[in-house]
Amino acid sequence: MDPAVIDLSRLQFALTALYHFLFVPLTLGLSIMLVIMESIYVMTKRPIWRTTTRFWGALFGINFVLGVATGITMEFQFGMNWSYYSHYVGDIFGAPLAIEGLMAFFMEATFVGLMFFGWDKLKPVGHLFVTFMVGLGTNLSALWILVANGWMQNPMGAAFNPDTMRMEVSSFRDVLFNPVAQAKFVHTVSAGYVIAAVFVLGISALYLLKGKYAGVAKRSMTVAAAFGLAASLSVVVLGDESGYALTDNQKMKLAALEAMWETEPAPAGLTAFGIPDLKERKTHAEIKIPYVLGLIATRSFDKPVEGIFQLVAKAQDRIESGVVAYGAVEALKANPKDMTARATFEQHRRDLGYALLLKRYVADPRQAGPDLIVKAAWDTVPPVPVMFWAFRIMAGIGFLMIALFATAFVLVTLRKHDTKWFLIIAVAAIPLPWISTELGWLLAEVGRQPWAVDGVLPTFLGASSLSVPQLLTSIAAFTLLYGALAVVEIGLIIRTVKKGPFAPHEPVLDGSVEAEPAVA
Amino acid sequence: MDIPVDFATLRVIWWALVGILLIGFALTDGFDMGVGALLPFVAKTDQERRMVINTVGATWEGNQVWFILGGGAIFAAWPFVYAISFSGFYLAMFVVLAAMIMRPVGFKYRSKRPNPKWRAFWDWSLFVGGFVPVLVFGVAMGNVLQGAPFRLDSDLRAFYEGAFIGLFSPFALVCGLLSVSMLVLHGAAWLTIKAEEGPVTERARLFGEIAALASIVLFAAGGFWVAFGGLGFRIEGLADAAGPSNPLRGAAAVRAPGAWLDNYGRHGWMVIAPVLGFVGAALALYGLRFNKAWAAFSGSSASAVGIIATVGLSMFPFILPSSFDPRSSLTVWNASSSHMTLFIMLIVTLIFLPLVLIYTAWVYKVLWGRSTTGALVTNPDLY
Repeated sequence: MDPAVIDLSRLQFALTALYHFLFVPLTLGLSIMLVIMESIYVMTKRPIWRTTTRFWGALFGINFVLGVATGITMEFQFGMNWSYYSHYVGDIFGAPLAIEGLMAFFMEATFVGLMFFGWDKLKPVGHLFVTFMVGLGTNLSALWILVANGWMQNPMGAAFNPDTMRMEVSSFRDVLFNPVAQAKFVHTVSAGYVIAAVFVLGISALYLLKGKYAGVAKRSMTVAAAFGLAASLSVVVLGDESGYALTDNQKMKLAALEAMWETEPAPAGLTAFGIPDLKERKTHAEIKIPYVLGLIATRSFDKPVEGIFQLVAKAQDRIESGVVAYGAVEALKANPKDMTARATFEQHRRDLGYALLLKRYVADPRQAGPDLIVKAAWDTVPPVPVMFWAFRIMAGIGFLMIALFATAFVLVTLRKHDTKWFLIIAVAAIPLPWISTELGWLLAEVGRQPWAVDGVLPTFLGASSLSVPQLLTSIAAFTLLYGALAVVEIGLIIRTVKKGPFAPHEPVLDGSVEAEPAVA
Repeated sequence: MDIPVDFATLRVIWWALVGILLIGFALTDGFDMGVGALLPFVAKTDQERRMVINTVGATWEGNQVWFILGGGAIFAAWPFVYAISFSGFYLAMFVVLAAMIMRPVGFKYRSKRPNPKWRAFWDWSLFVGGFVPVLVFGVAMGNVLQGAPFRLDSDLRAFYEGAFIGLFSPFALVCGLLSVSMLVLHGAAWLTIKAEEGPVTERARLFGEIAALASIVLFAAGGFWVAFGGLGFRIEGLADAAGPSNPLRGAAAVRAPGAWLDNYGRHGWMVIAPVLGFVGAALALYGLRFNKAWAAFSGSSASAVGIIATVGLSMFPFILPSSFDPRSSLTVWNASSSHMTLFIMLIVTLIFLPLVLIYTAWVYKVLWGRSTTGALVTNPDLY
């Protein structure tokens, strides 16, 4: 297959997914914050809390709609651009996506209209219920998407079926309770909560700096400080590294983001700084913090953490075993009743995916010599410097967020909402968590390379048989469309923030199109 | 795990369930899209347009999930169909996505600024978001009936031989226009129920009547084409209904002109579907003409159910035949997920689909009543 098609398919998926995830985390967190604010309104019956809820609700709406719009792309893009992937793992991967629609997205989307339009049609408790259902739907939606993504990182509960030439479910329970998926869910929604808290904190700080809308701003700041502190602690402490000891690919991801070439004997230390060198396959000028890595990765002080060299050697063994499985599959293709081939396949099935890595270099993996096998084994190492730096920036921002919200929490507890230096920092901090979450996805997905599904299907085999002009067309059009919509969205958010929480809604003031004076 | 429902039955159930989801999409989001396509024509002033937009403003979002869920369900239950159709119709699908991205944004952003140019832009984006997907879905159905130009290699990887422009054959265009008229009719009927009575509903009736007549004519034309235009595929020999999901194994399909009518000879009751397509459109025409809004809406709904069911029943057990290599054709018997996935997804659906219907009904009930221009002044939340 044309390598340009694969690269462009990856580029398009990365662009559309990263863009989608600019909006989703804010939706995730803000929906919960709306529930909190509206609950206070229902309990205290003070109108200021209704105004506060409705103001953040208006911003929620502007953001929500782009999350929905760009989510449509995600639902269909697997089939459009990753046709062979969709065939190969659809038996498992399709289920969480369908359940997401049925259980979560339906709930979120059905209630969201009533949330915006039902203020006068429902009693306060009824409306709070509707807001709650939106928040619940949004967060359940994240759960199912991360069950799907978690399976790509750690494909449990499935096996290759040579009769259908694809992976099929063997245990749905394993797919559902995949520990990687669980860790990812907690980590990802917590990151969304941090984003929403920073958004609310920053805009409230802006109002306080300008001396406007202090009632709404101080209340919002209090909610954001408490919610943000809990969320930023959760996102770091319950980081998704707990799954990094599970599979060879997850171990490789850890080794790569640590730029750890040799196995680190117990208790493993964490590299705080260093300069990874791809050519020499070593890391210069390392500064290590003892014990920490062992604790994070293995939850112990007595287990070693495997390095890149050892993991590549392992991959080499698995490729060799995979080639045997591949031969058996080819025999079964010709004769499904070949019992010897089936027995051989059963013995080596776990490594079939590793043989497919060779397809980058030869059409038939059985033709590959030892040097190609070594080359393919080194392909299992994701780009170390990207991983190394992305992780450090992401985690660094994570710790900054804890400091930010801890300070905010102390200040609001002491009723010092007007502390000027902090307000300036809070405004400046708005973009940081977005950088961090985008890098987080980069780590998770670049770190998964060369695999689309860890140990099962290499990314380069998953793409559709499209042409370069088709992909260039769609990438160019997506870029233009998404770029324009981003500008419009940011413009509307700024406009809404400028008008403030007490602004009369625009539509009331407006006349008809015809009433507009003609220029000519 | 012992699976209490056999594989062949589950495959038929999932064929029907995906049909039900597509019908759910046509019945709910169908009128949203019809209203979008009608927007610039039935509503002239900004007041009127806002009133029309608010007939669907609070519910289109939930309705659209039928489409998303349809995609997810095809992925989960018919991975081959998901993999091959969306990549095979790549640029067409891209056009649908782009149009469907403009739609949510149009609803939400239009009312945010009073500038007439701003509003006119989003009016057209709502038109595009309604008209274009409906047209392309129809054209796609036409291509499915004709067979799509793909083949599978021994690894079951799909390759395509068609070009984007090749999708727009005369027959496919008839299907596309039928799809547009069917849902424009549905949207017009919805407006007679939900919009303030006055010039807007008058215009909606007029466009609706034209669409009803067009539906009848185009559905008949499509029917003749299917019968005498050389379309159709048939399975040679006996298909193994519980065999492995592998199109290259088991009974092969061949081209067979006229074969899309085979099922009606074998199962006479299936004629109900095309009859419903015609009778529904006629009932809608009657309702629009004599100002009986509920008759019009029931008629347009029945017509959409009938037309979609006709396509499905005519092709059964085919889902996506291949015109380039009929042996690669996807059928109910060779393109599904595994036995276990189909069963688990059935359980999930049986639990959650009724819940969806219950809360959707509740939301519609709370929001019941006509959208009026007066409400635009008193309710500041409206679009």
